[in-house]
This record gives sequence, structure tokens and C-alpha cells, in this order.
Amino acid sequence: MTAGQITAIQPVQEGQDQAGAGPFGPKPRRISAGRIGLYAFLVVAALFFLIPVYIMIVTSLKGMPEIRLGHLFNLPGEPTFQPWADAWLHACTGRDCNGLSPGFYNSVKITLPSVVISIICASVNGYALTFWPYRGANLLFGLLVFGAFVPYQVVIYPLIIGLSSVGLFASLPGIIIVHTIFGMPILTLLFRNFYAAIPVELFKAARVDGAGFWRIFFHIMLPMSVPITVVAVILQVTGIWNDFLFGIVFAGRPNWPMTVQLNNIVNTTTGVREYNVNMAATILTAAVPLIIYFVSGRWFVRGIAAGAVKG
Amino acid sequence: MILVAVGVFVIGIGFSVLWSFTSSKLFPTYDFVGLAQYRRLWADSRWLVSVNNIWFFGLMSITCNMVFGYLLAVFMDQRIRQEDLFRSIFLYPFAMSLIVTGLVWQWVLDPNLGLQAALRNLGWSSFSFAPLVDADTALYALVVAGIWQGSGVTMAILLAGLRGVDEEIWKAARVDGIPTWRTHMSIVAPMMKGAFATAFVLQCVSVVRVYDLVIAMTGGGPGIATSMPAVYVIQLITVRQNVGQGMAAATMMLLPVLVVLAFGGILLWRRNREASA
Repeated sequence: MTAGQITAIQPVQEGQDQAGAGPFGPKPRRISAGRIGLYAFLVVAALFFLIPVYIMIVTSLKGMPEIRLGHLFNLPGEPTFQPWADAWLHACTGRDCNGLSPGFYNSVKITLPSVVISIICASVNGYALTFWPYRGANLLFGLLVFGAFVPYQVVIYPLIIGLSSVGLFASLPGIIIVHTIFGMPILTLLFRNFYAAIPVELFKAARVDGAGFWRIFFHIMLPMSVPITVVAVILQVTGIWNDFLFGIVFAGRPNWPMTVQLNNIVNTTTGVREYNVNMAATILTAAVPLIIYFVSGRWFVRGIAAGAVKG
Repeated sequence: MILVAVGVFVIGIGFSVLWSFTSSKLFPTYDFVGLAQYRRLWADSRWLVSVNNIWFFGLMSITCNMVFGYLLAVFMDQRIRQEDLFRSIFLYPFAMSLIVTGLVWQWVLDPNLGLQAALRNLGWSSFSFAPLVDADTALYALVVAGIWQGSGVTMAILLAGLRGVDEEIWKAARVDGIPTWRTHMSIVAPMMKGAFATAFVLQCVSVVRVYDLVIAMTGGGPGIATSMPAVYVIQLITVRQNVGQGMAAATMMLLPVLVVLAFGGILLWRRNREASA
């Protein structure tokens, strides 16, 4: 195989009549024209994705007088971090002017236990479903898949009634329970699919050696599940952090997560709209999942792909 | 544990459907009124607008998302430089909350602050672009924001699908003199059925659940122009305190999901049967 062949099999965008010329003989000029178009498209697309965030960052560093001038794309003339400090400490929702920071701590208090509990439950569930098939396991699994597709609105009201009848509605434990339940379908699927790929012989050998349900789980399965656990953590942390609906319904006012606080700060109708503060607040809210995204890199993509493989 | 989770879903749905047949107002009652709530629901213009909106929004955003995502994936697959950089850029909005997405686009499209003001300042004073304040165009703005947030994922899934296609096929098609675009359309795309289905299902789920985006970007307005079923249900059970009708609406939301799942289940079952036969 020569180098010419390798370039020829590349799916080049315009190669309609290349066959007539044979697969050999690269055509640098045409290809480079195509390449320019290719990169132009990609760069334009990248701009579409980047410009809104550029506007946000730039605006959040400007003072209000400068914003009123309307030069949306200009870099800040006198960069100031005051809006960021205001967003964190003083931004108002109605009469409370504590900024976003309480929301941040609430989000942490909601996210950490929800992630830990839901992943522990889901890994045990996935393990049991894969290796200890019990009666009705398939039906249960089918219902779980179904649960991944149910619109939240269908279950919300009965959940409100159920939680308030046990006194957990509008409380921190309540919202954690809700997140755990709604994380269960997708996470269990994730773990089940992962464990299903493990050779059964491994499990059988451990059984022959006399290991029980928990022993196999802790000593064999858990050490092997590090990669899938990382994916699950990424999926859950970003998902729960970004949640709005459950937060506003189930957490109760003192426990409102960051997203709810943000929406209240920004869409509040009283007073002058401080765009710079609002944008700083928005960036702060988006910061946690974004950091996770950029740190985790390819794992994040894998998480999406794994989460996408349903059933 | 799994029983609890499944139980919550099953029992929750059961109660939702049950209450949809009652005259519940603020609190659930067991005063059954038959299909009266459904009749009132389908006579409510706000609900009708919501249903129209979700169809329009769904078709628009899924189509655009798929086309745009596929184009991005194809272009990304040309052994370009800086692939990781481009991938990060296309995908990062997905890491953000839909609330954040909604707010970002609300500002970009804000007539006094965003694009319109900026371009007028540059001297194009007749430039008019304020889709969010116009009832006819607000939905398009939601679609654009949805694409901004979600097309990166479609790209990632379809790119994985493209990478899974055997190089030999490209080679064979090239030897046979088939134009690249035809190879894409007639050979490669059908081979990526799985990836397309995955992306499509993900899109559908997010369309049915679209709530945060609407709340942050338009609040359902102007007027009721961008109301959606998900928003409608929440409004009924919280602000308008009409649980019976809200549950009727929720049940209507569940129906299409059930139909699609049943369809998928039958397909899967038939394939399994063929495989075992």
C-alpha cells in the first residue's frame, strides 16, 4: 500500500470525478480548496458555540454605564470584578440580598449525598440484576427502562403528596430521595450493561470458592467497576447540579439549589436589571459542571455515550 | 431499593392517571367525574397552544439538531487538525444547565442589549432582530438555543457511529467510483442506524421534558406563545391549583411515550424472535 492510496481512501468532500482519474495522483489544489471550506464551516460552527459565552464573560467584567453604550462585542474598557463579587454575595431575589453563595452551598449539600447514595444503590442493583437473576428480574428491568423515559411531570404530583405525607416534602432529605429515585433507572442500566460484559466464569469461580453475594460484590466487582463509576459520577454530578425542576419543587425555599437562585436573581422583575451581575452569576452557576467537563475530557463523552445506550 | 424506585414510578403514574378522573383542586380528592377533566383540557386554548408548540418545537429542533449534528460529525471525521479542540467547543454547552442556556440566549437576543443593539451601534440602524418579544418568532429562538445546547451530543454520538464504519467500505465505494456524498447517503448512513436511533431517542426525551429552557428564556411568553405541556402541567398543579386537570394533561404527555416504547418493544421482540428462530 502506497501513500497515494492512503490519501485516496480518505473520504474527501469533493471527489466526485476522481474515479475517472484513478485512485492515484493526489490533487493538492482541489483538496486544499475543499479543506478551506471544511475548516471554514468548522470555525463558523465553533463561533456559533463560543460567541454567547464570550459575550457573557466580557459583559460580566464591565460596569453598567459601559454596558448601556451597547458595544456588545467590545472588550471591557475598565475591567472590574465587582459584578462577580456582587453576584456571589449581594445579588437580590425579592428582598433577600445574599447573592448566589447560599445556593452554591445548597447545591453542594444536595449533590454530594444524592450522587453517593444513587451510585451505591445503582451498582448493587446492576450487580444483582446481572449475576443473581431472581424471579421477575426481567420485568423489573423492563419497568426500569420505561422509567428512564417517563416525563417527570407525570410523577411529580404523586411524589409531592407521598413525601409530604411522611413529612419530607420541601426538605433536604426529600430532594435527595427524589434525585436518588430519578437517577436510578439510567444508572442501573449503566451498571448492568457494564457488569453484563464481565465474563460469567469469574463470578462462577468465586461462587465455587464459597463467596457470597456481598463478598463477590466488594472483592471482585467493585474493584473492577472504577471506570464505570467515574462515568456515573460525572453523569450524576452534572445532572443534579444542573437540575432545576426538582430543586424548585422538592427542596423548599431554604434549600433552593443554585440554578433556582440564579433564575430568581435574573428573572426578578423589581429594580434595575444589572446585566453584569446577572451574567457573572450565570457563569458562576455554570462553572462547576464546566470544570468537570474540561477536567474529565473524554470521560464526559463516554458518559454521554454510555448513558445513551439504553436497553 | 430497585423495588422502591420502580414502585415510585409505577405507583406515581397510577395515581396521576387516577386523579385525572377526579375533580381534585388543590388537594387530591376521590370524587370521580369521568372524562370531564379531559374535555376541559382539550377545550383550554392554553393547552392547545402548548401541544402545537411541542410538535413544532420537537420537529424543528430534532430535524435541525440531526442535520447540524450529522454535518458536524462528517466534517469532524475528515482527519482535521485540532479535533479535540473542536470537539470540546461543540460539546461544552451540553455541560451547562438548560437554565444557563436559556439565560445566555435571552441576553444575546435581548433587543436593548444583545445582537440588535450591537449591530445598530455599528451603524446598521434599521437592523431589527428581536425574536423573543414577538409571539410568532419566540419559538424559533427556543429552537436555536436548543440546538446550541444539544447538537454537540448528536455530533459526538454520530461521530462515534462514523468511526465504527469499516474503512474498507470507503475504499470499495471509491474504487467503484461512487461519489463521496452518495456513499454517505446510501451506504454509510444506513449502516449507522443504531447511532441515529440513539441520538433520536435522546432528542425525543429532551423535547418532551423541555421545561427549564422555556422557564429561563421566555417564561412561556410572550403571552402564552411558548407554553409547553411540561410547563402547563406544573402551572396547573402549582399556580392554578387544578390538580385534576393537571393530571389529565400529564397523562396525555405519557401517552406518546407509551406508544413509542410499545413500538420499540415490539420491534425488539420481533427481532429476538427472528434471531432465535
